Amino acid sequence: MSVVVHNPSFWFATALIAPVILCSTTGEVLTAAAMKSIGDLDEIRAHSGMKGAIRAVVTCPLFFAGVGFLALAFFALLLALNYLPLSLVAPSSASLTLVTNAIAGKIFLKENVDRRRWAAAVFVCVGVYLLAH
Amino acid sequence: MPNPKLTPRQYLILGLVAVCAPLGDTCLSRGMTHVPAISFSHPGALIEAVFTPWIAGGIALLIGFFASYLTALSWADLTFVLPATAFGNVIVAFLARFWLHEPISVERWIGIALITLGVGFVAQGPSLTEHAPTEPETEQVEVQ
Repeated sequence: MSVVVHNPSFWFATALIAPVILCSTTGEVLTAAAMKSIGDLDEIRAHSGMKGAIRAVVTCPLFFAGVGFLALAFFALLLALNYLPLSLVAPSSASLTLVTNAIAGKIFLKENVDRRRWAAAVFVCVGVYLLAH
Repeated sequence: MPNPKLTPRQYLILGLVAVCAPLGDTCLSRGMTHVPAISFSHPGALIEAVFTPWIAGGIALLIGFFASYLTALSWADLTFVLPATAFGNVIVAFLARFWLHEPISVERWIGIALITLGVGFVAQGPSLTEHAPTEPETEQVEVQ
């Protein structure tokens, strides 16, 4: 049974949306790290065929860790939607995940997040919020 | 070393990531609205729903999205792929406006402009961070 709170307090909303963002970011970073460790899939497919490319992905433990966290993010999203309105959960989780991914990408994946990428993350974050709100 | 400049094939894969996810979600949404309410007492109805055309199409599109997304992450940075593929939101908004004739508010037009601007920013830069190669370990030769 749905128990949606239409005017939730800041801390109540944060407690439900934060796990979505945290699990989603962890899943995205682990998946990205897994794909970097595997190498260019186009090249693997050219050398070993589609079966070789699939084998390279499904034999990487990091990939399953990433998919596990993405699954957790999905269930955390379902839980949040049970208590909070969609118009709050969807834009806030979609847009904030872009910023947390930029931070996590810089720290954990050592990606070069220059001013151009920060600007892109912020523009897209605000844009997604306005579009989905 | 991977080339930071994207090939047309790589742009195609980024396009597939951007298009397949929102189209897949739309197909699932449309399919689920035509399925009778599913209760915990009849979970078999959920399995039957998977084989209806719209939901099967949606699942196929989401599988295509995940395959393209993994391929893109194998040759591009996460902080490049995510903003670049956010353009899918703009495609959905345009489909809603010109195909479904849904009204789009000023706020949403501003959102579309900001996403387009953000994608333009990130697309001009390199797709992959080139890390400095690690120094090869010198072989230790035991002197007898």
